[in-house]
Amino acid sequence: MNRFSPLTHAFIVLVLSIGILYSLPNLYPAKPAIQVAYTDSSKSADQRLLSDVEQILTSNSILVESVGLKENNIVAKFSSFDDQLAAKAALQKNLLDQAIVALNLEPSTPQWLRDIGGGPLKLGLDLSGGVHFLLEVDIENALDNRLESLLNEYRKKFRDDRIGVESSTKDDTVLTFAFVSDEDYNKAIRAFNEDNITAVGTSLYDLQLNSIRNIVSLKYSQSAIKEIRDYAVGQNLMTLRNRVNELGVSEPIVQRQGSSRIVVQLPGVQDTTAAKKIIGKTANLEFRLEAAPTASRLRKEEFSYQDERMGSAYLEKKIIVAGERVTNANSGFDESGFAQVNITLDMQGGRAMQKATNGNIGRRLGVLFVEQKNKSTLVIDDAGNEAIEQTSYIEKRIISLATVQAVLGTNFRITGVGSPQEASELALLLRAGALAAPMKFVEERTVGPSLGKENIQLGVRSIIMGLLSVIAFMFFYYRWFGLAANIALFANVVLITGFMSLLGATLTLPGIAGIVLTIGMAVDANVLIFSRIREELKEGKDPQTAIQEGFSRAFVTIVDANVTTLIASIVLYAIGTGPVKGFAITLSIGILTSMFTAILGTRAIVNLMYGNKNIKELRV
Amino acid sequence: MNFNIPFMSYRRVATISSLLLLVLSVGSLSFKGLNLGLDFSGGTLIEVSYEQAADLAEIRDLVFTNGFDDFQVVNFGSNSDVLIKVADKNGNSQIGDVVFKFLQAADPAIELKRIEFVGPQIGTELRDQGGLGMLVALGMILLYVAFRFQYKFALGAVAALAHDVVIIFGLFSLFSWDFDLTVLAALLAVIGYSLNDTIVVSDRIRENFRGERGYEPEEIVNKSINQTLSRTLITSLTTLLVLLALFFFGGDMIRGFSQALIIGVLIGTYSSIYVVANMLLGLSITQDDLAIPEPEGAEFDDMP
Repeated sequence: MNRFSPLTHAFIVLVLSIGILYSLPNLYPAKPAIQVAYTDSSKSADQRLLSDVEQILTSNSILVESVGLKENNIVAKFSSFDDQLAAKAALQKNLLDQAIVALNLEPSTPQWLRDIGGGPLKLGLDLSGGVHFLLEVDIENALDNRLESLLNEYRKKFRDDRIGVESSTKDDTVLTFAFVSDEDYNKAIRAFNEDNITAVGTSLYDLQLNSIRNIVSLKYSQSAIKEIRDYAVGQNLMTLRNRVNELGVSEPIVQRQGSSRIVVQLPGVQDTTAAKKIIGKTANLEFRLEAAPTASRLRKEEFSYQDERMGSAYLEKKIIVAGERVTNANSGFDESGFAQVNITLDMQGGRAMQKATNGNIGRRLGVLFVEQKNKSTLVIDDAGNEAIEQTSYIEKRIISLATVQAVLGTNFRITGVGSPQEASELALLLRAGALAAPMKFVEERTVGPSLGKENIQLGVRSIIMGLLSVIAFMFFYYRWFGLAANIALFANVVLITGFMSLLGATLTLPGIAGIVLTIGMAVDANVLIFSRIREELKEGKDPQTAIQEGFSRAFVTIVDANVTTLIASIVLYAIGTGPVKGFAITLSIGILTSMFTAILGTRAIVNLMYGNKNIKELRV
Repeated sequence: MNFNIPFMSYRRVATISSLLLLVLSVGSLSFKGLNLGLDFSGGTLIEVSYEQAADLAEIRDLVFTNGFDDFQVVNFGSNSDVLIKVADKNGNSQIGDVVFKFLQAADPAIELKRIEFVGPQIGTELRDQGGLGMLVALGMILLYVAFRFQYKFALGAVAALAHDVVIIFGLFSLFSWDFDLTVLAALLAVIGYSLNDTIVVSDRIRENFRGERGYEPEEIVNKSINQTLSRTLITSLTTLLVLLALFFFGGDMIRGFSQALIIGVLIGTYSSIYVVANMLLGLSITQDDLAIPEPEGAEFDDMP
């Protein structure tokens, strides 16, 4: 009696081995490492950079464990933090602005563990230090701008086509046109239909017709709003990724959250002001007219082309429109089949462009790409040591200089941009330089690196203290049964770590609290079982039957109690964000593993101690 | 341990003290309100560490002369760590950087520990989501208990949970403790924990009602509570042990969390003994209510 079948034993051993296996990577300490990437984010690291890095390290006689290409970076691992810092200094000194050198921690998980998908727990920002931003994309603004440019487009079209318009207004989200006569009204509807705007079956606009009063009103359909929102958020996401790359952070996260929010997480970043400046910058395109050759030095400025072979040109100092006014840009072909870039500006931008180009037809219009860059220089500091000084500066380069053919408004095109490939690159640059819709910071959390380390220490200390006190209590109160429960409790902690690593869950400070709480509550199942066994013994049952009955009677209670706690933690996961989600994950995993260890694990140990033996007296 | 405490004789005392606590909590909540933490109120929080004990009055002066009027400056953890909270209705995300800059200008040796900024709309959203989550959790638990036990038990369980939650809210309001997102997480964990206790007691009440005929409901309830008492106390004790470890060693960032849980465990233990049993007797539970064994129970009985 009270023996598990070999199959049950095999199952317990299997689950335990999986848990142990996947918690193993956490025992290998993270190695100090350095990431090197080209400053130009369009270039990914290559053999040349790799051999440069290797050569710099050897010539400075820095011990390196391994150097290799990983994704778009070169990753070098070191055995000590001193080597890592020495290497960073040496690399920066030699590569200067050619490459971004970032300090990093690389897991030293052995290859065989990585092959089966093992890796250490990811640390949340509250443990690793870093910045978390939540940005909201202002869709209202994007919609407003587009609607306004649509209004102007049709005003112009009706004027050109001599369609009599009595009034045209934009009221919040609705455009309303009132026409002079039935004839004008019908012509206008034909014009709308030509643009695929129809009263029925169109997916982009909802058109409402009033043929008695000759009024047409137009607004975006639900699906169009969704499309515009997706476009704006997607576009901003791409722009943000480009900008985050400039920061040279290892493992940044840039993700969409919900319908119109974007999360940016930058582990290890300390200078939040710089990070915010780069993430939040908007105007990085400028449209300026080419300066007349006779213009005074005070009113013109010399800029070089993005393509260095083309030299430089003089542009006026006055900025007509900046990048924040660009709402869209894409490449296409003109009537004769040459590549062109179509640009859409918002209302304000269109007005400014119209004013500037009016009377300047035939002159050339330049597009400047503005980038904030960092420049590193070697200096000798006060103490006489070599130091790298970083200064940020703004670089402006001409990406296009084309002749103005007509007065420009919200929509215009740039021709003579070279090959279709170059046109699409220019469109991409124009789009990347601009945000599809303005964004604002709605949440920001910065954790300094010292606080992160402190949090880990405190967390680990409270886990150890909690675990020790529970283990001591259980052993003194239940003796041998307590020992069985303690072994199960220990297995539980291993299982939680293993499964969390396997699932790639992120450990946060509240997550650690979740583990601690699980330790306290996990013994509950065992306490229930042991109390039951005591009662059975008191009723005069023999020890073997008492063990049997105790376990099976407590089972139902344990399941009920845990399922309800699980419900609470699932709700917590659903409503929580960041750290609270971390707590919910550890709590849920903890409940499941503790049921396993308390019911099957403890039973197995108790069975091994007492099963099939003739026990006269049982002390619980 | 054998217990034979006539718990149910003190029913009235328990009912009165529970009601008193509830009235006090609701009163404090409606007149004083909760001291909402940054997550729910929105605003900016800056934690900096000084090399020596910080002069709070001087820092207050500094913040005030830089043009802020709605702010708090307090020590956090030790007397060299300072927490500055700035309220701002407009959701200006630059405040944290600005404040740190001028503090640093006044004392270059300070170290930035964290800046948190929560925009006003996020605060409102988190508040709504949190409240909704609470209700959803209670609703789902009500359904589960009604399905596994019987509706009188479900009412008892939910009454016990509501009792615990309202009193914890009340204590946080009464003592003006910071109520933030981690405290909300702790409250949901308390719901889980308190329920654990409640289920164990209910389970035993159900078993005894089915097994032993010819007793008064009050006697059966009393017997069940005594039978489960040693387990209730031991589990509360082990949970309290780890929570105390968290409270004393876990650092300031989760002190509110462990504090809420410690109170929750104490009240949860009390409510699983008195509130549920009281509700059941109040709803005049009889043996007939539980006469037919539910198939779900039978299904599990042979395992493992």
